[in-house]
Amino acid sequence: MLLTILTILLPFGALLAGWQLDGKSSDNPDGASLAPGLALDLQGGTQVLLKAVTSDGSEITPEAMEEAIGVIRQRVDANGVTEAEIASQGNNQIVVEIPGEVDDETVALISKAAQMKFRPVLTIGNPTPTAQPSASPSASPSASADGEGDGAQADGADAEADAPVGGQLTKDEIAEQQKAVEAATDPSDLAQITPSVQARFDELDCTDPKNLEGGGGDRPELPLVTCDATGAAKYILGPVEVDGTAISSASSGLRSGANGTVTNEWAVQLDLDSEGTKLFRESTQRLNTLESPRNQFAITLDGLVISAPSLSPGVVITDGRPEISGSFTQQSAATLANQLNFGSLPLTFQVDGQNQISATLGSEQLQRGLFAGLIGLALVVVYSLFQYRTLGLLTVASLVVAAAMTYVVIALLSWGMGYRLSLPGVAGLIVAIGFTADSFIVYFERIRDELRDGRSLRLAVQRGWVRARRTIYAAKAVNLLSAVILYFMTVGGVRGFAFTLGLTTIIDVMVVIWFTHPVMELLAKVPFFRDGHKASGLSADRIEVTPRYRGAGRISAPSAGAAHAPDDAASEPERELVTAQSVTPAPRTADDGRRMTIAERRAAERKAAAGSADATQQAQNEEKH
Amino acid sequence: MARGGFAQWGNDLYTGRKSYPIVQKRKLWYSIVAAFSLASVLVLGLQGLNLGIDFRGGSEFTVSGTSTTDEDVAINAVATVAPGEEPHVSQVGANAVRVQVSQLDNQQTDQVGQALADAYGVDVSEVTSNFIGPTWGQSVSMRALWGTVAFVLAAAVFMAIYFRAWRMSVAAIVAMLTDVLVSAGVYAVIGWEVTPSTIIGFLTILGFSLYDKMVVFDKVRENTAAVTEQTRSTYAERANLAVNQTLVRSINTSVVALLPVAGILFVGGFLLGAGTLKDISLSLFVGIAAGALSSLFFATPLDVTLREREPKIAAHTKKVMDLRAGLVAEGADEGELAAAASGSAQLVPGHHQGQSAQPRRRR
Repeated sequence: MLLTILTILLPFGALLAGWQLDGKSSDNPDGASLAPGLALDLQGGTQVLLKAVTSDGSEITPEAMEEAIGVIRQRVDANGVTEAEIASQGNNQIVVEIPGEVDDETVALISKAAQMKFRPVLTIGNPTPTAQPSASPSASPSASADGEGDGAQADGADAEADAPVGGQLTKDEIAEQQKAVEAATDPSDLAQITPSVQARFDELDCTDPKNLEGGGGDRPELPLVTCDATGAAKYILGPVEVDGTAISSASSGLRSGANGTVTNEWAVQLDLDSEGTKLFRESTQRLNTLESPRNQFAITLDGLVISAPSLSPGVVITDGRPEISGSFTQQSAATLANQLNFGSLPLTFQVDGQNQISATLGSEQLQRGLFAGLIGLALVVVYSLFQYRTLGLLTVASLVVAAAMTYVVIALLSWGMGYRLSLPGVAGLIVAIGFTADSFIVYFERIRDELRDGRSLRLAVQRGWVRARRTIYAAKAVNLLSAVILYFMTVGGVRGFAFTLGLTTIIDVMVVIWFTHPVMELLAKVPFFRDGHKASGLSADRIEVTPRYRGAGRISAPSAGAAHAPDDAASEPERELVTAQSVTPAPRTADDGRRMTIAERRAAERKAAAGSADATQQAQNEEKH
Repeated sequence: MARGGFAQWGNDLYTGRKSYPIVQKRKLWYSIVAAFSLASVLVLGLQGLNLGIDFRGGSEFTVSGTSTTDEDVAINAVATVAPGEEPHVSQVGANAVRVQVSQLDNQQTDQVGQALADAYGVDVSEVTSNFIGPTWGQSVSMRALWGTVAFVLAAAVFMAIYFRAWRMSVAAIVAMLTDVLVSAGVYAVIGWEVTPSTIIGFLTILGFSLYDKMVVFDKVRENTAAVTEQTRSTYAERANLAVNQTLVRSINTSVVALLPVAGILFVGGFLLGAGTLKDISLSLFVGIAAGALSSLFFATPLDVTLREREPKIAAHTKKVMDLRAGLVAEGADEGELAAAASGSAQLVPGHHQGQSAQPRRRR
């Protein structure tokens, strides 16, 4: 019992604590609040306009836009149940509407292309432009091989995307480079550094912020001239060896050190698929035999090098689980892992505008609708009191407990995982009233059935509970099954609906086990209910109790004598049987008011039946036909 | 309420003193369901659902530099050009209004732009129009569809295992799909715009309908658990008793579930004019009513029809009927005959109750 109370009170305590310690304010929009967060349709939010730009000026296909919308939707959904709305606008724009305030991290999350590629390093140079065309590979002390910079964040910065670093490649350059690549023995071959590549490398200024913005669209089959994401070095990289599509999953976490200790450096761990693992193993095998810096491979994200670790001689990465460390914070590591998990955007997007938008549903209309819903709720209370008398109060109390728990859990979830209550969510909650009340109705009807079989209230509650419980569990299991499947298989609004359905189902079962049933057990001991008072909803005149033969000639009826005095029963007119095979029922009591024995009753029945024998025969035949 | 009221009716239904031949009249219910389903298919096929902006995309107008951001202004302005439209209006930033309407032709687009400019008292150049794609695109629909298919299959497997009878599960699923079909048909007849809320409403119906069938079938299961071990009543009769016994519960549950939805639909939608909730409340209202009715009048009779084809049940039904015919032929005790097809409790042959049933020693 104590455990029960604790379980019910715990969420309340957590919410209050959260409200006190991490209160929601203008500078802490993610904080806890006593009011649950509302979704886009009820509260409004931020509209982010993304404009697609292509690096090579090619056509933006509707398919690519559709794919981009899908990827953005998954990235947003992975953040929690926020129910963002994403639509294409015109030919080359995507409108993303997110409830509430949107921070830079979120904008980066949805707009970054996140095209990750693994390329071998050919040359490393100082970030500044060089005059003479001989950037000695070794003359780059500042270019730390791990890409450990000063913590400048490329991810969190403006998602301004541009053509690949250093501008568009001309047709001649492409042709020249293609030829060089075809002639090269392997992707690390220095012969791939054609004069045009060298010229671009020399011109490149990585101290210019414009060159550190990144952007997708680098050609995977050609060498790439680019900067370190922090601007600490510039690189010439060979053609792509392992593509980002080979990443089967990515996660972020603290990097573990050489001897298994956990460092405080954030890293993104990748899992490559079998094909990627094979390619990765082959390239590491080749690379670790080469001299520095060609023993390094670079991991590029949207065309910028985020990490370029060198392989110590003899090290071959065979398990296909590379780890990227570098200038990550917890946030940026999580963002990158999230982006990689859902694949890269086929297009590069430029943030075109960011606006506050109001709720898509008129708030006044919504209030009217909810007011109408409240009227309906009041009618529910009236109806259950009418049906179950005082017992109806238990229904109402249980509904109140369920409502309070739902409210608190939703408020907690909107704090913890960014859950937002939308209109379909509200509708789900309203329908949940029906589901929840049904558990009590099933339970009460079972108790009444048991009482009709002649059990005492205490026993009826016990047995009724066992039977009702089975029905309730089975039916709720179906609900929960649907909620879980819909939650994991769908996106957007349907997902929010599934979440609400699952939540209310769990709360409903909790309330019925931990509140309604224990209270009912207590009530069964209160004389008012036990003796079947007229207003208790369990009174004998509402429930006809068939006397139960207890052996040794005794008959037990729970409401001893009160409503079932023999004379009372005798004066009552017998009701007609409505079944087709009906026989005029024989009286149950003899003329003197004593209950008849079975033999006497049979005899009386036969006598009565003889009169209507023909009719009965006919009815029987009809029954059989 | 005195004797003879609703509670008394409940008692009579439980004891079998009063019994409606619901399962016996199943041909009638089947024809009603068939008529409704056919009508729904026809309506859906001929008229189709009126899909909203969220599914088809449409035109978007942005009015900037307005002095007021009142939403009704835009709604009225759009109504003058395209009366049937239900525009989505929202405020963007401090002094701009965004109006979304379903796809218009070029002429209408210009007219709406002009009307909006006039209504908000700004120059036409301040109104930009654009094509907006669906927020609920093909991919979202496909995922929702696959999710639903997976859920229905999983529920079917669950029910087949729980009831240990695949026919029961088939009956429930068929009845549930009919509910959704009929609800969609009613929605198509009324012709309101289908919004994502409507779809959510239909999914809720799916859940509610299945839930209700689960509760009713659990009673059927309970009543027919040992039906083959006795020879007094057939599977159909026991199932009919179950439907009758669960009638009070079904009525109570449907009323409780329908009251809040009805409040939103009738009081909110028609009297107060809260149009935003009418789509979801209509689909819910029709669906819940259909779901509750079909559990009693369609799902259970269908289950009986299906299960009577099960060899074991078929043999048992024949045996009971033969016994009854034999009794009648012998001109046997009519009282016995009367008792045959009624009775509230499951008849189970006597068996040992176990140690716990023995009297305890008094302390």
